[in-house]
Amino acid sequence: MPRRRRLRKIVAPPGFKGYKPYGHRPNSKMVELLYEEYEAIKLADYDLLNQLEASKLMGISRATFARIYESARRKIAEALVETKEIKTVYGNAHMDENWYVCNQCHARFNLPDPTTASCCPMCKSDEINNIITND
Amino acid sequence: MKIAITSTQNIPESTFDLRFGRASYFCIYNTENNSVEFIDNENINANSGAGIKAAEKVIELGVSRVISGDFGPKAKDLLDKFKIQMVMLDDDSQTISSIIKQLNK
Ligand SMILES: [Zn+2]
Repeated sequence: MPRRRRLRKIVAPPGFKGYKPYGHRPNSKMVELLYEEYEAIKLADYDLLNQLEASKLMGISRATFARIYESARRKIAEALVETKEIKTVYGNAHMDENWYVCNQCHARFNLPDPTTASCCPMCKSDEINNIITND
Repeated sequence: MKIAITSTQNIPESTFDLRFGRASYFCIYNTENNSVEFIDNENINANSGAGIKAAEKVIELGVSRVISGDFGPKAKDLLDKFKIQMVMLDDDSQTISSIIKQLNK
């Protein structure tokens, strides 16, 4: 079995399960974008971090980051050119059941007392999601 | 309920400190009487174990929630054991008073 890559830092999951092209001949072709690939694209092309900063944030080497980022871009290009659906999948990340991220204020937190209301401790929003973390 | 917030200085206008174990101060906010107190982090220069010492400190102070930038694995384990809620914020430009204001919204 290949060794699992470890993502040390917890990140917010993508806010979607996939993207579908429209206005084309229907097909069932699809690319699978890993959560860490989504995160790499987000850090580099949305948050505009350089690769070294981004790799530190994800807790991986710069070379590993470059590989994940390159793979992410190729998949997105392939989806655009070949009109494929993009589906997001966990990849080497997984959801941490004890940790949450708030969709409103982006605070990350745990809920140690299961009897309390499941809402954000900072803004009281109930739009919270499990976080993706390392193994 | 008492809430600990890591702070760079010992006044409400101080900016938020992203470090937990090596935070300069802990602001203890008491939601019952709206009082604010700043505690020196005496372990800021500890060679090792600053995180766990900070966790012991906030447990001793009787807080139910800690707001900081990040927690090390040992501090996390200990805070977990004492059922203290951990909250991580990314923005170190916000002040302690703005965080308290948000909590009271
Ligand atoms: Zn929130």
